Amino acid sequence: MTHKNIYKLLLLFCASMQLSAQQIPAPKQSKSVLILNATAHLGNGTVIQNSAIGFKDGKLTLVADATTIRLADNAYDTTIDASGKHVYPGFISPNSTLGLVEIDAVKSSDDEEEIGSINPNVRSIIAYNSESKVVETVRPNGVLVAQVTPRGGRISGTSSIVQLDAWSWSDAIMKENDGIHLNFPSSFKRSGTWFEPGVIEPNKDYPKQAEEVNAFFVNAKAYNQDTPKERNIVLEAAKGLFDGTQILYIHAEEEKQIVDAIELAVKNSIKRIVIVGGFEAHKASDILLKYNVGVLLRRVHDMPTSDDQDVNLPYKMAKILTDKGILVGLENSGDHERMSVRNLPFLAGTCAAFGMDKEKAVQLITSNTAKLLGIDSLCGTLETGKDATLFISEGDALDMRTNKLTMAFIQGRNINLDTFQNKLNTKFKAKYNQK
Amino acid sequence: MKKALLLVFLSVFLTKTYAQEYFPVNESVHNKNKNYTVLTNAVIYVTPTQKIEKASLLIQDGKVVAVGNSITIPKNAISIDLAGKTIYPSFIDIYTTFGIEKPKGNMTPGRNRNPLYDTKKTGYYWNESVRPEVNGYEAFKYDQPKADEFLKAGFGVVGTHMPDGIAQGSGALVALNSTENSRQIIANKLTNHFAFTKSALTNQAYPTSLMGMMALLRQMYLDLDWYKKGNSETRDLSLEALANNEKLVQIFASEDKLNSLRASKIAKEFGLNYVLKGSGNEFERIEEIKATNAKFIIPISFPHAYDVSNPYLSNQIELADMRFWNQAPTNLKVLSENGIVFALTTDKLKKIDDFKPNLLKAVKYGFDKTKALEALTTIPAAILGKSNEVGSLKVGSYANFIITSGDYFDEKTVLYENWVLGNKFVVNDMTTKDIRGNYDLTIGKDLYKWKIDGTAEAQKSEVTTADSKKLKSTFAISKNWISLVIKPEDTIKSNFTRLTGLAESTPNLSGKAVLSNGEEVSWNAVKTSAFVAVKDTTKAEKPNAVMPVTYPNIAFGENKKLTAQTILFKNATVWTNEKEGILTETDVLIKNGKIAAVGKNLSDGSATVIDAKGKHITSGIIDEHSHIAISKGVNESGHNSTAEVTIQDVVNSEDINIYRDLAGGVTISQLLHGSANPIGGRSAIVKWKWGQSPEEMLYKNQPKFIKFALGENVKQANWGIDNPTRFPQTRMGVEQVFTDYFQLAKEYDESWKKFNSSKKGKAPRVDLELQTLAEILNKERFITCHSYVESEILMLMNVAEKFNFRVNTFTHILEGYKVADKMKQHGVGASTFSDWWAYKFEVNDAIPYNGPIMHNEGLVVAYNSDDAEMSRRLNQEAAKAVKYGNVSEEDAWKFVTLNPAKLLHIDDKVGSLKVGKDADVVLWSENPLSIYAKAEKTIIEGVVYFDIEKDAQKQQAINKERNILIGQMLQEKNKGNSTQTPTRKEKKEYHCDTLEQF
Repeated sequence: MTHKNIYKLLLLFCASMQLSAQQIPAPKQSKSVLILNATAHLGNGTVIQNSAIGFKDGKLTLVADATTIRLADNAYDTTIDASGKHVYPGFISPNSTLGLVEIDAVKSSDDEEEIGSINPNVRSIIAYNSESKVVETVRPNGVLVAQVTPRGGRISGTSSIVQLDAWSWSDAIMKENDGIHLNFPSSFKRSGTWFEPGVIEPNKDYPKQAEEVNAFFVNAKAYNQDTPKERNIVLEAAKGLFDGTQILYIHAEEEKQIVDAIELAVKNSIKRIVIVGGFEAHKASDILLKYNVGVLLRRVHDMPTSDDQDVNLPYKMAKILTDKGILVGLENSGDHERMSVRNLPFLAGTCAAFGMDKEKAVQLITSNTAKLLGIDSLCGTLETGKDATLFISEGDALDMRTNKLTMAFIQGRNINLDTFQNKLNTKFKAKYNQK
Repeated sequence: MKKALLLVFLSVFLTKTYAQEYFPVNESVHNKNKNYTVLTNAVIYVTPTQKIEKASLLIQDGKVVAVGNSITIPKNAISIDLAGKTIYPSFIDIYTTFGIEKPKGNMTPGRNRNPLYDTKKTGYYWNESVRPEVNGYEAFKYDQPKADEFLKAGFGVVGTHMPDGIAQGSGALVALNSTENSRQIIANKLTNHFAFTKSALTNQAYPTSLMGMMALLRQMYLDLDWYKKGNSETRDLSLEALANNEKLVQIFASEDKLNSLRASKIAKEFGLNYVLKGSGNEFERIEEIKATNAKFIIPISFPHAYDVSNPYLSNQIELADMRFWNQAPTNLKVLSENGIVFALTTDKLKKIDDFKPNLLKAVKYGFDKTKALEALTTIPAAILGKSNEVGSLKVGSYANFIITSGDYFDEKTVLYENWVLGNKFVVNDMTTKDIRGNYDLTIGKDLYKWKIDGTAEAQKSEVTTADSKKLKSTFAISKNWISLVIKPEDTIKSNFTRLTGLAESTPNLSGKAVLSNGEEVSWNAVKTSAFVAVKDTTKAEKPNAVMPVTYPNIAFGENKKLTAQTILFKNATVWTNEKEGILTETDVLIKNGKIAAVGKNLSDGSATVIDAKGKHITSGIIDEHSHIAISKGVNESGHNSTAEVTIQDVVNSEDINIYRDLAGGVTISQLLHGSANPIGGRSAIVKWKWGQSPEEMLYKNQPKFIKFALGENVKQANWGIDNPTRFPQTRMGVEQVFTDYFQLAKEYDESWKKFNSSKKGKAPRVDLELQTLAEILNKERFITCHSYVESEILMLMNVAEKFNFRVNTFTHILEGYKVADKMKQHGVGASTFSDWWAYKFEVNDAIPYNGPIMHNEGLVVAYNSDDAEMSRRLNQEAAKAVKYGNVSEEDAWKFVTLNPAKLLHIDDKVGSLKVGKDADVVLWSENPLSIYAKAEKTIIEGVVYFDIEKDAQKQQAINKERNILIGQMLQEKNKGNSTQTPTRKEKKEYHCDTLEQF
């Protein structure tokens, strides 16, 4: 199929789109594809100016300099000339609630937070709505993979990693139950109320709350040494933390939290740890480096946490941590977090504006995140053998002026970049053309 | 012994309950004491500036009869010799709640999401926080323990009032005198009180915000005037009380420097004279405080140092809070040096005992002693108009005075007695005999050594055995009665020896002792050597080095207010926003706050030349929709229409977000009321002149704007109310609110127009709300309306057209793309978000192509923030118009500069780089639409308010200052002074739908 044919196919999709609100997931890759002459940002810091990127059966088979390799004319079924364009690995949104909530203010559309405190057994994946309208709007900006993460409580539950073009949650799974999310107690507490904020003061209950977390891990570890006849699904759910098959995501911003939480996890033989948030992680760099713990850094487009801080500190934090040798990815939780997943590339762009090398900034939302989530064998870079999850942009994808996707592939499948928003755009442009 | 009896007798005599002369006497015979008392040989401060040595004070019947060196002393005068002692007039605290219990109430503000909207009380003002009919004295009950605390601190009379509500009613002046009930209240209605606090006794919603309180006060005064003219058909006991209290001293508890400016603004508008009760942070805006010309009542409470011994915790404290600890003791000095007239109050002190140490601290930090005395005596007396009665010891004044061992401001000085209305209150007994010295003590046959030292008022004793073994003992001396208990060395045994004795005029002491076996023997002590005071070698503690005040007094503040510069930028890429478009290799000259020239090869001898090669220059970013820098409430949600409130009243010049916005190239914002009600409040258009006062930040001669709102917020859709009582709850109701209010406003306007042209009949009542709405009908005020879905957008345009005006701006306007043609026809502009959606049901159809579609249909389109963080990246938001809608870069840039200027009707002065316009200019590191662009300089009217290099220096200075202050606080802890746990005030960031009540 030539790329003309692909466009025909796309048109066909557009036509069928009229029938359903969401885009039709692309079929399994049947024809091999070669993208030629694009500037390829491999996601590992390397750029190939005139690249040749080939993939078959959903996997990358070729990542090379087009000017130095020779290929048989029929080596690939379809060749796409991407001269002047840029190719990136699909961006990854960790610690997201995509597909768990459709509209923030509508409670009935909200499935992100269970009641109770210790819920490792709660699994986000079964609530992931692969047909969410929000999901289709993040893809045209290059976000093709997401970690679907439950919220709330002390241990929120178990997350899973999905690709963002699927018929159902089970089809979307890239890695099921990849990790457990712990909201470590805060060493500070806020007094006052939502309408009359008080002061931020030391949390007197901190030692007790931290011990509760410890007690859970001690029990979970003991329980999972054996296969008790009386099953306890809560303790059982944490098994993967001790055998290294699951990651413990520690949500913590403060220096003391980070240090205490890592010590606590290490003491309980938890093998793989990632800090989520980590605004003060730079102050805890020693322990992060000692135990090789990386950070999924708090939303870059946020405020300093104190009047005294550099007003641009949030924009500089990724660089500060990276310069200390810490592995950093970017996350985007907070207000309006789902709809703003599509701004993930611009979070990385802002880091670059404030001193980070541009290719390193790309890594913040590709290879670094993939490593932190334990999916780097599947995605995060353009390297042969990995999933062909990538996109072509007209220009620099970290800059909003030039982040304009022409094509995107997930596991080699040429996905539809239309959205219901696009459709409304077309519809109302048509309205004004009727005049 | 005889003397002692006489003293006891005298004090009984003096403290005998007085009765008023026309009261019947049944409990005894008539016994009116007209004896004189004369205090002689004292240093007497008749006033703080009139000091007489070796003087006498003659009093009778609670009043001063004579004072001076050579006064005639009547024969029936009881004389008290005060040689070496000092007499001051007793202190006055105008601002207390002495004897009045604050109503507790059970109204938890804010938590109640379904409050009372319209009052159910009749006969009083429509707002239950307006309570001028309350009289403090009616709730007054003499509080003996509290009175003793005041008396011990030297206070003689205090003002007291009911601290509840916005108009709190009258306050009284009371004497701290428990012996004469009939004379406790010196004046029952002397002061009239106001504050920015809601009454605890009501759950009425309005006002929920500070701006609502200000509007309410204004309307109250207008209604008062109208009522006084006899215009009301019904009686209003509140307004009547307010009218009756007009002649009283008007005291406004503003409790903060900016609130003082706000109260003063109301005072100026209505020709009032508020005495402002401040908070202690006046020094931070002293110039503006001085300009109020108001008299002040100032608390003397200072924060404790933070306990910074744990560096992790101390990181939490912000510089502003540390600095406030360091600078607060200078407040009184600064006020005084600026010629501000103020009285002191004990209000806000945790305990009245702290009064003197704090006052001495202020003196140590440079507060003049005489001024301090004045602030406690003559000034409060003058403020109250009671200079002839209290605050001095002039003839005819109340005999209210304190007797001290010397200069009051000496740390070691002892306050002996506090006389109020001629009645003595003993604080420290000055008749206690000084028996300090070393003695040989003989009890029966046993010999001991006995050392008595300490101060004359607090003598201490130590008993040792003949072989110098220290014994446990307790000692007391009251007047000249000695008691001593010597405890056994072995604590299990109970062989106490108890001594009593009377110190006579001889140096030796003697008396009776009861031994452990009950045997009574005599004891005597022979003085072997006199007491020698140990010379105080401890040096007077030096005050901490005081940090300079910055404007505002927080991190990144400026040491002085900044001034305009002449700057020539060379060889920049210049985004003119004019027909010239984007010019390369072009110079921009700014001079006298204006853009002086844009062109090639410019020069100016007086200009600082900046090489801007490779850089970009634009006009400043204008944020059409912002909520930063607002004090105490962005929404007045207490009514469904609040056109009377204005954000201009509550601009907070001390917000760090101003500086952060500048760092993002923002020079102007429209601060909008929130979206809790269909008719919100008026806007403030501000220029972010960092360091200036709120008034100076307001855009000069700004066009009048008001915020309206539609949809889910105004119909309280997401409030979780089960039984709503406030109309409207649907979009249908929203239309009716508008129609209703515009009809009312139309009739209001017509009645005024009729009255103004004929000047016949009674003047209509001034209604600030309807007046504001009438301005819209008269095309003098513009509407910025929060809106989402197409139905409501059409509805408001229809309502406007029916009333013959046009909506100026739809803000948010996320479905504007669906009705852009109709908006164009109506003539309304759009200020929207680049890409927000999915946060509410009504934004389900919001698309990032909205801005571009409206732009392509010919609407004036702006991108705004409505968010403190996003407002500093509006350049990035503008770039999204390029991404989603292929809008040209030149046009996209106008989305955040020229177009909002047009929407705000300020494009004659700002919004483009045109010669003669304000020099509101940003220097960017590269193309401002690029994500990689940084604002390097942000200039307003020629003043560089943000400079990226200076910013780096400021960060270093902040760290340095923090270190100095932490050092000072560590020292404070080492000295054993009280400290407080590190905390940080949580700041609130407002959005449209932020609701609160305070």
